[in-house]
Amino acid sequence: MNKYEPVIGLEVHVELQTASKIFCHSSTTFGGDPNHHVCPVCLGLPGTLPVLNRKVVEAAIMIGLALNCSVARFCKFDRKHYFYPDLPKNYQISQYDLPIADNGYLEVQDEDGNPVRVGITRVHMEEDAGKLVHQGTDATTPYSLVDYNRTGVPLLEIVSEPDMRSPREARAYLDKLKTIIQYTGVSDCRMEEGSLRCDANISVRLRGSQTLGTKTEIKNMNSFRALQKAVQFEINRQIECLETGRRIVQETRAWDEIEGVTLATRSKEEAHDYRYFPEPDLVPIVISPSWIEEITRQLPELPDARCRRFIDEYRIPAYDAGVLTGSRELGDYYEECVKIYPQAKTVSNWVMGELLRLLNDTNSEIGESRVTPRQLAEMLTLIDKGTISGKLAKEVFGEMFRTGKDAEMVVKEKGLEQISDEVSINAVIEQVIASHPGPVADYRAGKDRALGFLVGQIMKDTRGKANPGLVNELLKNRLR
Amino acid sequence: MELCELTANELHRMLTGKDVRAEEICLSVFRRIDKTEDQVKAYLALHPEEALEQARAVDRKIAKGEEISPLAGIPIALKDNLCTKGHRTTCASKILYNFVPPYNATVVDKLNGQDVVIIGKTNMDEFAMGSSTENSAYQQTCNPWNPDCVPGGSSGGSAAAVAAGEAICALGSDTGGSIRQPAAFCGVVGMKPTYGTVSRYGLVAFASSLDQIGPLSKDVTDCALMLNAICGHDPMDSTSVPTELPDYREALVTDIDGFRIGIPAEYFAAGLDDHVRRVIEEAITVLEQRGARVEETTLPHTEYALPTYYIIAPAEASSNLARYDGVRYGYRVEDAKDVLDMFSRSRSRGFGAEVKRRVMLGTYALSAGYYDAYYLEALKVRTLIRRDFERAFEKYDCLISPTTPSTAFRFGEKVDDPVTMYLSDVFTLAVNLAGLPGVSIPAGFVDGMPVGLQFIGKPFSESTLLRAAYTFEQSTTHHLKRPSLTPEVE
Repeated sequence: MNKYEPVIGLEVHVELQTASKIFCHSSTTFGGDPNHHVCPVCLGLPGTLPVLNRKVVEAAIMIGLALNCSVARFCKFDRKHYFYPDLPKNYQISQYDLPIADNGYLEVQDEDGNPVRVGITRVHMEEDAGKLVHQGTDATTPYSLVDYNRTGVPLLEIVSEPDMRSPREARAYLDKLKTIIQYTGVSDCRMEEGSLRCDANISVRLRGSQTLGTKTEIKNMNSFRALQKAVQFEINRQIECLETGRRIVQETRAWDEIEGVTLATRSKEEAHDYRYFPEPDLVPIVISPSWIEEITRQLPELPDARCRRFIDEYRIPAYDAGVLTGSRELGDYYEECVKIYPQAKTVSNWVMGELLRLLNDTNSEIGESRVTPRQLAEMLTLIDKGTISGKLAKEVFGEMFRTGKDAEMVVKEKGLEQISDEVSINAVIEQVIASHPGPVADYRAGKDRALGFLVGQIMKDTRGKANPGLVNELLKNRLR
Repeated sequence: MELCELTANELHRMLTGKDVRAEEICLSVFRRIDKTEDQVKAYLALHPEEALEQARAVDRKIAKGEEISPLAGIPIALKDNLCTKGHRTTCASKILYNFVPPYNATVVDKLNGQDVVIIGKTNMDEFAMGSSTENSAYQQTCNPWNPDCVPGGSSGGSAAAVAAGEAICALGSDTGGSIRQPAAFCGVVGMKPTYGTVSRYGLVAFASSLDQIGPLSKDVTDCALMLNAICGHDPMDSTSVPTELPDYREALVTDIDGFRIGIPAEYFAAGLDDHVRRVIEEAITVLEQRGARVEETTLPHTEYALPTYYIIAPAEASSNLARYDGVRYGYRVEDAKDVLDMFSRSRSRGFGAEVKRRVMLGTYALSAGYYDAYYLEALKVRTLIRRDFERAFEKYDCLISPTTPSTAFRFGEKVDDPVTMYLSDVFTLAVNLAGLPGVSIPAGFVDGMPVGLQFIGKPFSESTLLRAAYTFEQSTTHHLKRPSLTPEVE
């Protein structure tokens, strides 16, 4: 394995969350009854013409800037031709030789945790195709249906340089790309809904070689996990080919999730001639420096910069900062909470610990959390005031997470308030001493361990509500 | 003279003077259609009930004393590549035999907004590809001046309808001469406006960078009225130009004193019929008598216009026509084995020979390995052709030429020889390549067949062209002659 070096490049398609499609007024809403989010333009009916949605250009410029690309001053659309029933015009309006942005990069960590740059070759705008719907079997239903709801939904295609050297790096790249795009707010990047799609170009070569091996293109990877698995499989397959003296064929292969293999679908000889030519129904796009400046001003703080700021500003470990800035919403949540409750590391522990654990258990996202940052901050204040113990706080938080109630209300309702008055605690101490003469004698004989047993009994009798520090102090005094 | 033989301008005056009702005008046109349509075959579809309803609505407006637009109540024909909501739009192709658009072309909406009376949809060469209307999948339209001759094309139905009095005015589309050439052959006025002046939304595309909708009418005045109705920016067409447009009626003055007119030598070279040449020379004399300074000039890249056009237009057509695959609308073979079989056999049977020829030409020109040698070269030559005109317009207010090398030819004469057929558009193609306005007006006759005089102007100089054309028209009587193809004469 170490004899070979894998070379990986990714082609990512991202659906933009504009209200209307790229060339018409139809809605981009996901789902809906088949063929309901359509109009004569996106159905490509005779005589209709595309009109470019300005929001799509703005989103593309924003992504170009976020990926450190140079944004074109002048670009145009081209027609890409192929016959397929989900493509109403039998050509896709895309960008060929003049993409809106090119020559950028993003930073990921390699296998050893060192930062590496992955080059972005280009970013271009295009329209999405529809979907074929298959019902029954070939015998019962010898036809397919077409749903054109997705036709004309704006897409950005983001092509990387072949800069990745391992499946994990490929996954890290896609993760980072997704995070950056989510930060800009132009797409939700949901792989399962198809708003983020990824193809991989893979080749292997002898380590140290400067020439590229024959590549294959892998399609049909529907999750981050699938990407990593498929890339790994394909690398192994290619190495095995070379080791056994077989030739690697340049071809398109599909990832079979169930079998865990890639299978050839189309060879280079069968490759399409797309017959690109400039789209005559659209005028070229001229992007002025002032337009780029305007969008630069709208560009939010991106994950890398935010991570560095978290480390500097909140003095939290790099690991914490990385997790907390992993999504814009999570970072926002954290910062809002810290604004009210400035002990940044405590907040980080709670957000990364209990909150993420509960979100994960309930398969929900930070945006769906019923505990607001203010409520979390208030709970942390109750711990500081001694109203609840750190241990009980987890129970309180769990209840807050389920019900959305304030910490104080949960504490009151459940009677979880910490017992900190000496009279009450002393009363319990007397009882425990009376009923456990053995351990009391042991402690007095110098066996310190017995104290732990007695404290445990007191905590048990107060159902964990007694202030543990106070119990310790009072018990020691009593037994002295 | 019957109402159907009058112009829109004359009929408007009669309507506002309450000398006639719109319903009478409409009925006159339909009576004429009843009499002559069996011979002319200009229409693929007629909409008599709706037409009469539209006419009566105009009459009600007039009765109520409301002001009416200059084209209100005027019967107008539409080429069958203009989408009409609820009415079949076939492009004279089998592949769209059942296509009913759920929307109107922008020009149709604009005409409706003027309360015109839409008579029906006219015959054409399939997908506007042709110069004789012989490429229609449905019927052969005759030239009203001689039923043995073609009306020209591709807007042959529109030109024949106006010439025969089966419509007062009509709309056509012009990709390489498809308005001007049939206008010349049928003895009517036909204008292709500057590219971007009229919205193409709802015009079924042939070659997007060349197509432009324009009017056909009996005289220059009606041409101006029609332009006023259809021109203007449309947010639905990104290539439509957002400029302030003039009232073209203001161009209708008989004054071209001091006008500088160029005659491109290349348009009077070999291939031009001697009789046509003589008619055009007489026309030049008339213009000179009205004070124009006419001199010979040159458009050096003219000989490349035809080959350039036959790369660019088919390339765009091969792309535009890819959508006709039988999946969503139009003709589909019944017994397809699989989806590819359905695509290829629906297209093989649905398209006619000339359309298939151009789709193949265009596909070839755009293919990997040929793109640079053909399409890209053609784009460069297109720029050279445009520059020829730019240089000429530094010196001249407009250029003039014969619209066609000969008068209308006979059926079958050229249809089997594509290149000979293509040559009949040799004087009109370059105007589309350069995106310029061009108008053809009646200039005289050769053996009883009309000859067209073409005026070519710089972009957005329609007013200049109309003024020159109007001055010529008012100095002559050719536009007043009507073909004798009527049962009374027969």
